[in-house]
Amino acid sequence: MSELARFRSDVRAWLEASAPTGLRGRPGSELEGVWGGRQWRWENPDQKLWLERCAERGYTAPTWPREVGGGGLSKEEAKVLAEEMRRLQLPPPVIGFGLTMIGPTLLAFGNEEQKREHLPKICRGEIRWCQGYSEPGAGSDLAGLQTRAAPDGNDFLVNGTKVWTSYADKADWIFALVRTDPQAKKQEGITFLLIDMATPGVSVRPIRLISGSSPFCETHFTNVRVPKKNVVHQVNAGWTVAKALLGHERTMVAEAFGSGGGAGGRRGTLGERAKHHLGSENGRLADPVLRDQLAQLEMDTRAFALTMQRARDAAQAGHQPGPESSIFKVYGTEVNMRRQELLVRIAGPQGLGWEGPGFDPEDLATTRDWLRSRGNSIEGGTSEIQRNVIAKRVLGLPD
Amino acid sequence: MELIRSEDQELIAKTAADFAKERSPVARIRALRDANDPLGYSPALWKEMAELGWIGMVFPESFGGAGLGFAELALVMEELGRTLAPEPFLSTVLLGGQALLLSGDEAKARAWLPRAIAGDAILALAFQEARSRYDLAAVETRAERAGRGFRISGEKIQVLDGHVADAFVVAARSAGGPRDEQGVTLFLVEKGAPGLAVTHQARVDGRNAALVAFEGVEVGAGAVLGAVDAGFALLSRVVDRATVGLAAEMLGGMQQAFALTLDHLKSRQQFGVPIGSFQALKHRAANVYIELELAKSAVMAAARAVDAGAPDLAKLVSLAKARCSDAYLLAANEGVQMFGGVGMTDEYDIGFYLKRARAAELTFGDAAFHRARWAALSGY
Repeated sequence: MSELARFRSDVRAWLEASAPTGLRGRPGSELEGVWGGRQWRWENPDQKLWLERCAERGYTAPTWPREVGGGGLSKEEAKVLAEEMRRLQLPPPVIGFGLTMIGPTLLAFGNEEQKREHLPKICRGEIRWCQGYSEPGAGSDLAGLQTRAAPDGNDFLVNGTKVWTSYADKADWIFALVRTDPQAKKQEGITFLLIDMATPGVSVRPIRLISGSSPFCETHFTNVRVPKKNVVHQVNAGWTVAKALLGHERTMVAEAFGSGGGAGGRRGTLGERAKHHLGSENGRLADPVLRDQLAQLEMDTRAFALTMQRARDAAQAGHQPGPESSIFKVYGTEVNMRRQELLVRIAGPQGLGWEGPGFDPEDLATTRDWLRSRGNSIEGGTSEIQRNVIAKRVLGLPD
Repeated sequence: MELIRSEDQELIAKTAADFAKERSPVARIRALRDANDPLGYSPALWKEMAELGWIGMVFPESFGGAGLGFAELALVMEELGRTLAPEPFLSTVLLGGQALLLSGDEAKARAWLPRAIAGDAILALAFQEARSRYDLAAVETRAERAGRGFRISGEKIQVLDGHVADAFVVAARSAGGPRDEQGVTLFLVEKGAPGLAVTHQARVDGRNAALVAFEGVEVGAGAVLGAVDAGFALLSRVVDRATVGLAAEMLGGMQQAFALTLDHLKSRQQFGVPIGSFQALKHRAANVYIELELAKSAVMAAARAVDAGAPDLAKLVSLAKARCSDAYLLAANEGVQMFGGVGMTDEYDIGFYLKRARAAELTFGDAAFHRARWAALSGY
């Protein structure tokens, strides 16, 4: 038996013995799940047990080093673990920006003390992180940010406002871009700083979105004292860190949306859902135009999934990431937006509900999801910015 | 199914790319057209391709082939597509040749495939009719019983490389109504059969095709390929495979059209700057690039699905053809627009790609046809 095969049989045995039966068959979606953190309220004891057991073996962050709470697994072993978890349809033990964004960034740019301080808490789901990038005056022109961090002894004094800080009201720490040199060229005066949200002077106001929910917040900093040891990488070198983290963010967003193909919710596939609303004649959707649009959407989704697979296969074989990865954020989000639009159109008048009687809960969710999806091509770098990046970095078009 | 090229496959692609660049530049296609060449391709170059092992690539070694897969063939098609090579690949390797191979008719395969693979015989598939569009079951050409054999009457249109074909595989109706799948029979008819009339057709892309009329062509029972009345399934399999090959060719063409356009965007100056510095054009170029990458993935997956005998092959074929149809036209249309006035002139090559993009789109089903097929295969 090869080592990988032995690993697989060990993992399988461990999962069979350790995964709470109440969670099996509940893979969950990317956005529902255990986010962790000090404010987290468990939905059931199984969730807690599952997280504790995984964290003990480092399986919440399988490829991170063991010293910081990870599993120390190779890519191949991590793939086996994911496959075995899928086999039992288990949800991930914990999700969030700690695992997907700041964790990989600290592994690449953090010092030993920062890694030992923050990574184990992410692995155990104890600390929830949020992102402080955009500002009222710095959206696509992110490097134009104005939140000031002025040196004061061993600390910085931080003043300013961040927006689009997703789930800041539920987060314990924030990783933020701050201006430490107002005189330097704008990219060269930025520092990447870790801030405890419990520090005096931090205040958070949730923002109501067009979808009616408030996942985003406005976060204010008024004379917030942050130790200088919380700088990641070097003072005034934060732009390098920021860009690397954006890469992680865009991959995460693309994967979350790109895998949505075929999902029609409780009514099975998109085709089945469409038949439920539109009816069929001789097995074919009664509306030929929506039928064509549905096929287009499914085919776009499949082609996108194949392109992501191509990039993964190349990475697995040890190739450097090819230019194809630059399209993931823009295409993954745009195909998701078209999917949400089509779902509302398929629901027809039943897609107009906001709340209350007379509407199916799934159709109500469709309406809200459609509105929420309009942000996909804005957050994490607009589609326009992504196309600028492709034109410049991949196609070599002149400035 | 891994979507990655092996080292051997990289080598095949490199060989094909070098060959296309050095031996088959677009200037050659332009010269053939301008000379009104009666063959419309180069028999000498075709022979060279045979010696490189490309014609026999996907055929078993027992017929003189290399026993490789569509993953490899697609690489050659892609590189030849970049320079619009008009040699009879689709007709001989993917249509006529695959029909003989997949029929399981050992005697006919042995009679024709080794010669075809050596570059000494051209094969064709006569399936399309004036009213059939892309419906493979829409066969009006009749095959009536005559003695122990059949008498074939009807007309096939745009038979690829029919003007030089040594043998035709022809779809004719032996039973059933005009659009029934049941009742289609495939026959092998040799060049020069009495009653067979072949007329060269001039197409917008300069590719070679022929009207093939069957005026009471009499064949023996031995001319049947596969089983009587049951030719539809074989025909579908053959056209699916040919569609993968065509999609690979289109992938090469669209990449070259885009490469020409990018060069122009970087070099053409207006208002004192390269026009590629304008955001209106940058974003459109980025869109073309995205579509090209998606098309590439779809073609890779479809080619590997043929080799693996994947159960969702038909869907992946439709995915590849729909994407390539739309993406090639997008790349060519945007190319002409971004070249501006000179893009409209015959002197520039971009027009050749526009014409080929359109012809390829309307071969084996356009994007809308394949979306409808995808929907049907998906149960809606």
